[in-house]
Order: sequence, then C-alpha cells, then structure tokens
Amino acid sequence: MNEMPLKPNDFGSDQEVRWCPGCGDYAILKAMKTVLADIGRSPDEIVFVAGIGCAARFPYYLSTYGFHTIHGRAAAVATGVKLANPDLDVWVVGGDGDFMSIGGNHTLHALRRNVDLNLLLFNNAIYGLTKGQYSPTSPIGTRSPSTPGGSVEQPVNPVRFALGCGAKFVARAADTLQTHLPVVLKRAHANKGASFVEILQNCLVYNDGAFGAINDRSESQEATVRLEHGQPMIFGKENDKALLFNKRTCRFEAAKIAGLENRDDIAIHDETSLERALALAALEQPDFPVPLGVIYAAEAPEFIEARGFSGTWSEWDREKLKALL
Amino acid sequence: MSETALAAERQGTDKAQPLVVRFAGDSGDGIQLAGYEFAKSTADARSDFMTFPDFPAEIRAPTGTLFGVSAFQIQFGADEVLTPGDRADVLVAFNPAALATNLQNLKPGGVLIVDETHFDARGLKKAKLDVNPLEDRTLDGYQVITVDVEKRTLEALKSLELGRKQAVRAKNFWVLGLVYWMFARPLGKTQDWLNVKFKKTPAVARANIMAMKAGHAYGETLEISAVPDLTAPRVAKHKGASRIISGARAMALGLAAVAALGRRDIVFCSYPITPASTLLHALARLEGGVRTFQAEDEIAAATAAIGASFAGSLGVTASSGPGLSLKTEALGLGVAVELPLIVIDVQRGGPSTGMPTKPEQSDLTMAIHGRHGEAPLPVLAPATPDDCFWIMIEAARIAIETMSPVIVLTDAYLANAASDWEIPDIDNVPDIDRPRVKPDGEGEFRPFARDPLTLARPWVAPGTPGHAHRIGGLEKAKGSGHISYDPANHAEMTRARAEKISRIADRLPAIEMEDGVQDGDILIIGWGSTHGSIAQAVKELNAEGARVSHVHLRHLWPLPRGLEALIRCFPRAVTAELNTGQLSSILRSEYLAPVTCISQVNGQPFYVSDLKAEITRRLETCVHE
Ligand SMILES: Cc1ncc(C[n+]2csc(CCOP(=O)(O)OP(=O)(O)O)c2C)c(N)n1
Ligand code: SF4
Ligand SMILES: [Mg+2]
Repeated sequence: MNEMPLKPNDFGSDQEVRWCPGCGDYAILKAMKTVLADIGRSPDEIVFVAGIGCAARFPYYLSTYGFHTIHGRAAAVATGVKLANPDLDVWVVGGDGDFMSIGGNHTLHALRRNVDLNLLLFNNAIYGLTKGQYSPTSPIGTRSPSTPGGSVEQPVNPVRFALGCGAKFVARAADTLQTHLPVVLKRAHANKGASFVEILQNCLVYNDGAFGAINDRSESQEATVRLEHGQPMIFGKENDKALLFNKRTCRFEAAKIAGLENRDDIAIHDETSLERALALAALEQPDFPVPLGVIYAAEAPEFIEARGFSGTWSEWDREKLKALL
Repeated sequence: MSETALAAERQGTDKAQPLVVRFAGDSGDGIQLAGYEFAKSTADARSDFMTFPDFPAEIRAPTGTLFGVSAFQIQFGADEVLTPGDRADVLVAFNPAALATNLQNLKPGGVLIVDETHFDARGLKKAKLDVNPLEDRTLDGYQVITVDVEKRTLEALKSLELGRKQAVRAKNFWVLGLVYWMFARPLGKTQDWLNVKFKKTPAVARANIMAMKAGHAYGETLEISAVPDLTAPRVAKHKGASRIISGARAMALGLAAVAALGRRDIVFCSYPITPASTLLHALARLEGGVRTFQAEDEIAAATAAIGASFAGSLGVTASSGPGLSLKTEALGLGVAVELPLIVIDVQRGGPSTGMPTKPEQSDLTMAIHGRHGEAPLPVLAPATPDDCFWIMIEAARIAIETMSPVIVLTDAYLANAASDWEIPDIDNVPDIDRPRVKPDGEGEFRPFARDPLTLARPWVAPGTPGHAHRIGGLEKAKGSGHISYDPANHAEMTRARAEKISRIADRLPAIEMEDGVQDGDILIIGWGSTHGSIAQAVKELNAEGARVSHVHLRHLWPLPRGLEALIRCFPRAVTAELNTGQLSSILRSEYLAPVTCISQVNGQPFYVSDLKAEITRRLETCVHE
C-alpha cells in the first residue's frame, strides 16, 4: 500500500522524548526505527506494549499503535492483543524491574507458551524511574538508596532465566552497538513465537557504566563475543581471542588464538543447541566475554496458532448460536 | 410417627404444594450426578423447579467424614418455583455423616431414606456420633425408610462379576431408581443418558442401569403403608417441555450470544478458582465465538482481557473474590484507558480463601469502590440462572457503549443453581454494535474525544489504517490523549469519567417493583441471587395479608434513577443481603435515607421462612428504628 518506502523517521511520533539526555534508551529507539523501516510493515499494523518504567515509555515515541500499561504486566496484555488479532506485529518493552521482578511470572509464561511476541528487556540493572533502587539484575554489592550498605542478593541472569523458561528464541544486544542491535531485533521479529532479547542499557543517571566495556563502542570487542550461527567464536579488538568448548565439563573456555595448537578447536556457534546456549548464558564478565547476538533459536509451535485462532472472527453467528441454544 | 398420622400422610402430599427433595452423601458418592438426573427428570415431568448443589470445597474428603458431605437440593411444583426450597420434604442420606449434617435440613415429619450400610461402629465414629441415630429416638417424628443399599446394589450386580469397589459405585443409581419409583418417574431418559455418557465403558453404563432398575424394583416390594404417596405429577400448566440450565451455563451461552451478536470473537481470560471455573470449562468447549485463555494468574487474566479489548475484541475475565482482589490494579487501568471489559465475580464466602463453595454477596463494596484513585465503573448483578444469560448481553452493551470495564456480580449459589429455561428467541435481540468513530473536527484522530451523549471515547483497534495512537495509564489530555499532568485537565477528566458512568442510569429502563404497592408498609430491596427467596417470601406474606413491596436491583452502579424516590415512599426500607449490610450502607450514603438490612452470612441462601419471620418482625417495629 505504500508507494514510498517508509523511512526510520516515519516511525517517530510527535511526542517530546522525556528520557534523561544521554540515556541508553535513545539509542535503542533509534535502532528500532531503523528496524521498523527495514521490515517495512505499516505502523498501523504494529503494536508496542509496555509496562511501567523509563524503558516502558518507549511506545509513546513511536508512530505505531501503543499501549503503556501497568508495571510488570505488559507481556500479559500483549498476549491478549495477539489472542484478539494474531495478524498484528506485537513488541513488548520493559525494564529489568518490569520483566524480571514484578512481571517475572508473565515473562516466564509468555516464553513458555511461545506466544508470537518480541519481548525486549531493557536491562540497566537498576530501577530508573523510581530513582535508582537496586533491581533483580543488579550485581551483589550494588549501593542504592534502598541498599546503602550494598545489595546482598544474587542477581538473575535474564538469558539463563529465559532459557530456563523454555524460550525458543533468546538473544542479547547492547544499546550503543548500532550496527549489531538492529540485526538482532530483525532476527527477533522474523522468529514466529516468543522472541526474547536482553538489551544491555546504560542508565546514565543512576547506574552509569554498569556494563563496563560491553556497551563502550571502542572497548566492546574485548568484553563481548559476537555470535553468528555456524561461525567460530572469535573476539577481541584484534580478533585474537576465541572460545573453546570443553566437552568434558560442558563449559566454554577463553583462549588466545595464538596459543592454540589447532585452530579447529575454536568453538563454532550452533544457535540450535540448547546445551551450548546454556553454557553461553553462563559466561559473564570479567572472566569471559559476554555473548551478544542470537544465543538460541529453535523451531516450536506458536501458541496462538496451536490454539487454532486466526483473524478476529471465527464466523460464529446467530445461526450457529441458535444451534447451540 | 403414629399409625394414624402415617395413614393421613399416605393420603398423599398436598398436590398444590411444591416438594423439596434433598440428596446428601459423600462427595465421592455421585450425589450431584444423581441429583442432576433427578432434576432432568423433573424438567421432563414438566414441573417448575430450582436446584441447589451444596458441596464441600474438598474434592474427595476421606469417606464418611462430616466435612466430606455433599448435598443436592431441588424444589419442584405446579406453580412458579423461585427457590430450591427451605427444608426438605424428602431427604436421602447415604451415610451417617450425611444424616448428621443434613437432618436439620429436613422438615419435621418429612420422609427420610437412609442407607443403613455404614451405621456401624466405624461409620458412626467417622461421623462423630456416639449413639446410632437409627436406634435411639433421634428420628422420631420423621417417616424413616432404612435400606441396606450397598448390599442390595452388590446383589443386583452379582452377575456382572465386577469388583466390590466398582459395583458399590453404582449405589447412587440404585437410590435414584428407588426415588424414581417413589415419584412415579420413568427410568428411560436416565438410562439413555447413561448409555451415552459411558459409551466407551459400556460395562459401567450397564452396572448403573441395572442398579437403577433394582432400586426401582425394590420400591415395588415395600410395604405400601410405609411409603408416603409422592406420585402427584405437579405439572406446571404454563410450561412446555423445558431445558435445565445452571447460572454458569447460562452465562457461557450469554457470552456465546455476545460473540454472535457482535460478529466478532470475544476473548475470555481466566485463572481457575472455585466457583468461577465452571464458566471457563463451559466456554472452552464451545466451537467458536469465544477464545478462551487460561492465564498464569488473575492479574494476567485481567490484563490479557484488556489487551484483547485494546485489539478490538471484547475482553472478558472471570474469577471469585480472591481473584477479583488481584485484578484490581488492572481494572484501574481499564477505567483509565476507557476500554470495554467484562469482569465476572462469582462471589463466595470470604475474607481470604473463606468458604470457596458457599455463596455470599460480600464483594459489592469492593466492586463499586474497591480501586485506588477515582475509578468508577458500572456494576450489575443477575437475579436468576436465566438472567445470567441476559445480563451478559447487557453487560457487553454497556461496556461497549460506555467504553468502560463492567463488573458482573454473581455468586456460588447462582452459578450452580439450575432451573428450567425458556430458550431465548435470539432473532429478536438486536446486534451489539460498536460505537462509530465520530471524527470530531479536522485533522488527526483524537482517541479521547467523547461522544456528546454517552461521553464514550472512540474504540479504534490496531490494524485500522490511519488511526495509530498510543494509550496508557498516565493521565491523558482530553481529546488528544497525550500525557498530561495539567491540574485542570485532571479535574476535568476525573469528572468526565464519573459522569460517563453516571449517565448510564439515564439509559436504563425506569425502576419497577417486583411485587407490592407503592404505599406499602415496607420496601424490601434485594440484589442478585436472593431474588427467588425474597420474591417467594414477599408473595407469601402478601397472600397472608401483609403489605410488603419488593424491588430487586440488577444495576448496583450507577444506581437506577427513581430508587431514591421509591425508598422515600415507604415508612421502612430494608435490604436483604448475604453480607453484613453493604448495599444498605451504600444506599444510606447515597441518599441519606434510613435503609436498614436483613443480613445473613452463614454461607447459605436465605430460607424463605427466615425472611418471612424477619420481615414480619420489622413490620412490628416502629418506623424510626
Ligand atoms: C504496582 C506498581 N508498583 C510499583 C511501581 C513503581 N515503579 C514504577 S517503575 C518501577 C521500576 C522501574 O524499573 P525498571 O522496570 O527496571 O525500568 P527502568 O525505569 O529502569 O527502565 C517501579 C518500582 C508501579 N508503577 N506500580
Ligand atoms: S533514569 Fe536512567 S534509565 Fe531512566 S531515563 Fe534517566 S538515564 Fe534513562
Ligand atoms: Mg531498570
């Protein structure tokens, strides 16, 4: 229906963006507009559903349909949207509090059911909107207004959580990596089922630098490994390091390529392997590069389709009703 | 009972009077099944009737225990039957525990059929009975028929070579056979039903049928003077063959009707909870029109339903008290974003888990007022199982016309109670139309523009070209719907949301009394499932010469126009409620009128006799109590 292909800016709304200047959310918004333009679907057929938090303001800044709901419940609202009209493209946006704390249950079930939603967790490891309390993804020792002596709780690793929930598409990206993030988002969109993407997002005001070098564009190559299906897992600014898979321990090990006896020992990324995905999910800084990209992608029946629902009407009418009565 | 009294009774019960029959036994005894079959045979016999299953929350409590007793009561008669009856004319007790807990539900002089099998030391102990009531004077004053049901069932099924345990399971049909004989009912339909129900296990069907026939044949052998004549047919002349329907089933059909009338699937989201689950089960079996979703909790159920409404379907969610509490925040969102939504609350005894299978009307205040912020929404309550069908259609119309969540309050009694049902003439029911988007003024679409009459905003679903917009729980600027923290705008929006709900009352039919005269001595104000008991009590009192009037509210919020004036016509206005006076306090605060309350909170529907006594007492008090 479009004579002119839509451009990224066609996906922006007229609303004034209210995030703090320099917030990582801006970068994600920018990447998202690019992705939506690339996908090319009309904004009228796209819905963004969000919970509450800084991240959850996202729908207001796009020209698509949008629903800013209540804290933690966006995945459930989005499931309802899909039940009513499976033809819509539905994206769910929330923060680490939204997805992992108050809404953890809904995240679990949306993933487990494999509802065709693109779930984007903006992880800044802090409660931004409520002024900086520690969150379920904050590392132990996080000093915040509610943990002046440092937090003692073990944080949740969202990728591991998602895999544990039975998610069939799990990926990770970072706000500032503007060539990488759109690729991941497009893959998430292409997947039919629940696509879970953890986006490491910097909260400049309450948790600046929480992800260290990961989303520092110049240092990121050292701190992350970019996954590509079928490709060797190499990282480092000089592409001089690699991950090896130890079959005995079922764990990855990091090594300098120069020191390897055999280059074939470098692990090849297999995004269809759950065992490998679980091992990848365990890799954390500072001992390991953090895996970015599609960590796991497997085929599975999508929930709404499996239930047999399509369109908005099952041709249920007065005659059928009369037969029932 | 003396010989002469028995003989008098043998003349037969007064044919003009309705009869109440109650079955009571272990929850594993198949009491509900037997009761329901008896109700179906009552429908076939063309009597008017109403049933009430009264079961425990425990699924299979240890056999023989007091807390494991399940009961099923039915009242039927030639005249209009409005309630399942107070105390029973006939009680069938399957074990000592059933007798111990249900004897209080039998009228003095009533007929008691008892399975004597388990009245041994063990059975009596489980029922916490020190002495055997069959042997002391406990049952004096009743017409008692004791039968060794288990032994006779086993005997009847001897030829089938079933295990003892399996054979004994047919005892409910043995008893049903005997009861059918007492009421001169044919066995054929139940036999057919058993053959269908146990199509895959014909041996089970056969066992039950043989047991039923044996019970029936046993009746023939009874000393005729020992059995009261209950055979009068009690045909309701105004009726054709009718269908039996429970409130839950009627609600399910009502929602199926909403889908057909709206020509769009509705999305029903729920998390299992007694006694609301039956609705989910009934809808899940439908072949179209309703998309059911068993959510992970009630919060997800309510929010998914809101999501469905945002996407253009009508979202519906159902639960009971604890679940409604969980849905509260979502309801606030529904009010804020002004989307249609139906919320069904099948009330049960509270607080907390309370009495999950027992009715109470104690969520009224929560339904009307129980949300943070100013969050008014309409509240409706069906009065009868039949009304459960119509109230769904009405709730859908109000929700869509007003763009608001609507709460429908039913209860454990109404959901499970069944009566005969006149199949609705759906051709005469108008379509449920969506409000047209009225483009107001030039330029872009304004999602929070309002219809000048109803104050509803337009309902435009994603997928509609050229109308993409954003909504949310933050306060919205009037018209545009953009985020706004402007003080004057918030005041205006708050008042608009309230006014929108208030105006529903303008479109409701004028308030009508159920019974009585405008200058009566007392006005009884009821709502919801108590309709039958109140109507019957008022009818009987007026027949006895009293001047009692009855108004029954289907609309609890906004309150119907004219109610205040009506209340002021009477020297006494009294609500009758299964709570501690929630409607009466709302009426007092709304009208500054001295409305008092007849309150009952024992987890049971009102007895007509109790209501009559209480109304009579109120009539004797001076006006300014
Ligand atoms: C029911 C409820 N509880 C608490 C809040 C307050 N609240 C709003 S956002 C938020 C946490 C935000 O953190 P996160 O989800 O990580 O998003 P961020 O702001 O960091 O993007 C909280 C606790 C709320 N809005 N609703
Ligand atoms: S508080 Fe943090 S997350 Fe929120 S807008 Fe500001 S920088 Fe971004
Ligand atoms: Mg956060």
